[in-house]
Amino acid sequence: MVGIVGYGAHIPRHRIKVEEIAKVWGADAPSYKKGLLLREKSVPTPDVDTITLSVEATRNALRRAQINPKDIGAVYVGSESHPYAVKPSGTTVAEAIGAVPDCHCADFEFACKAGSEAMFVCLGLVKSGYVKYALAVGGDTSQGAPGDALEYSASAGAAAFIMGTKDVIAEVLHTHSFMTDTPDFWRREHEFYPQHGGRFTGEPAYFRTVTGAANAIMKKAKMTAKDFDYVVFHQPNGKFPLRVGEMLGFKKEQIEPGWLSPRLGNTYSGASPMGLTATLDIAKPGDLILMVSYGSGAGSDAFVWRVTDRINEVRDLAVHTTKLLDENLIYVDYGTYAKYRHKILKNK
Amino acid sequence: MFPARIWREFPQRYRREAAICKKCGKRYFPPRLICAECGGRKFETYVLPDEATVVTFTVIRVAAQQYSDMAPYAIGIVKFDDGLQMMGQIVDCDVDKLKIGMKVRLEFRKVQSHDHHGVLSYAHKFVPKWY
Ligand SMILES: [Zn+2]
Repeated sequence: MVGIVGYGAHIPRHRIKVEEIAKVWGADAPSYKKGLLLREKSVPTPDVDTITLSVEATRNALRRAQINPKDIGAVYVGSESHPYAVKPSGTTVAEAIGAVPDCHCADFEFACKAGSEAMFVCLGLVKSGYVKYALAVGGDTSQGAPGDALEYSASAGAAAFIMGTKDVIAEVLHTHSFMTDTPDFWRREHEFYPQHGGRFTGEPAYFRTVTGAANAIMKKAKMTAKDFDYVVFHQPNGKFPLRVGEMLGFKKEQIEPGWLSPRLGNTYSGASPMGLTATLDIAKPGDLILMVSYGSGAGSDAFVWRVTDRINEVRDLAVHTTKLLDENLIYVDYGTYAKYRHKILKNK
Repeated sequence: MFPARIWREFPQRYRREAAICKKCGKRYFPPRLICAECGGRKFETYVLPDEATVVTFTVIRVAAQQYSDMAPYAIGIVKFDDGLQMMGQIVDCDVDKLKIGMKVRLEFRKVQSHDHHGVLSYAHKFVPKWY
């Protein structure tokens, strides 16, 4: 059996409300809240980056997996906000968890689907027997340009999955990837903020790619929307995952446990992986979960997971994702947020 | 900072590796080459827990420029159950509500970024324990 043997998430404690951002730019907060179904988003403090989020998420995954970190033979961190332009994030993560030195390591990038990419590769490596366990992390501390629609959603968080073949929590039954060259969102080298194609990011990009991957994997699995207990989509805002779910025939109850974006924002590479952690937190043995990521550029990785009996033994060995999401929050104003995100020009 | 110096400290900075004297059982963080108690030179490595108690702290309101984005912040000494102590920043809290004796959790954080071009250094900081 191949699948997830440990999972975990991490979210910064700080939040900023949509109203606080809208106030600064003279925008209409209710229309953002209603139009994009966003209420607030997580904000990383200056001492939090993709590496620190990845380490904390991985430690939660290790608490559930209960394995020796030395048995992890591959470490892949997927992100579009790797702290270094040159030097891997994964080496620091591997060093911090004690997986070094006998370990393969690489950083992945593919806009918001870098995390699910890492998951896909890790599943292949443990299935082939190349490594005993493989670690996949999706995490980001993404930035939207000040005043841009993305500023209301771009947030921070990470999810980590340890893949293996023994004591599996969620078995992978099928995978499917759907990918075309669709330039809906990009950031050129040395640019601080990304650019996007506005409405082009919707229909021909997100919706075509996510439904393409979802329909193909359901065909492969000979399943339809009603066969699944839960579904997790990439969530660039609150609205897209609900609408794509509806297009594919899913009900809101199937989407809800993994639908974190209204109170988390878009954690980019962490988005659908974190949705999966929140869904596993409440899943029962035998439950079937469909997960479909999305990365601009553009592609989707889809997975069909079947939860095993072991979920009941490991679920409470680490903090639940919704606890990190809903409790012990610190709200910041726009000035503090701008300082934390280095949006203020200072004297050197 | 020259990378070699932080690199030598990765076992402590990243993994909280402490040492216990094989001869007399005295614990050290950071580890030492020779036991101050018995002169022993053989040590076993063990990992400090992820929770501790605040022993003392001070609040920095006028920070050095590289830490100015975090001000005001607290620097504290925390004690683990086995008696060892560690110094570090206490974050994600209202500095005016900090108390000696409060429980903290250790979290992996960036401690220095050396402007926009230097090597990044990581270690543990303390956050109030809430679960
Ligand atoms: Zn001794």
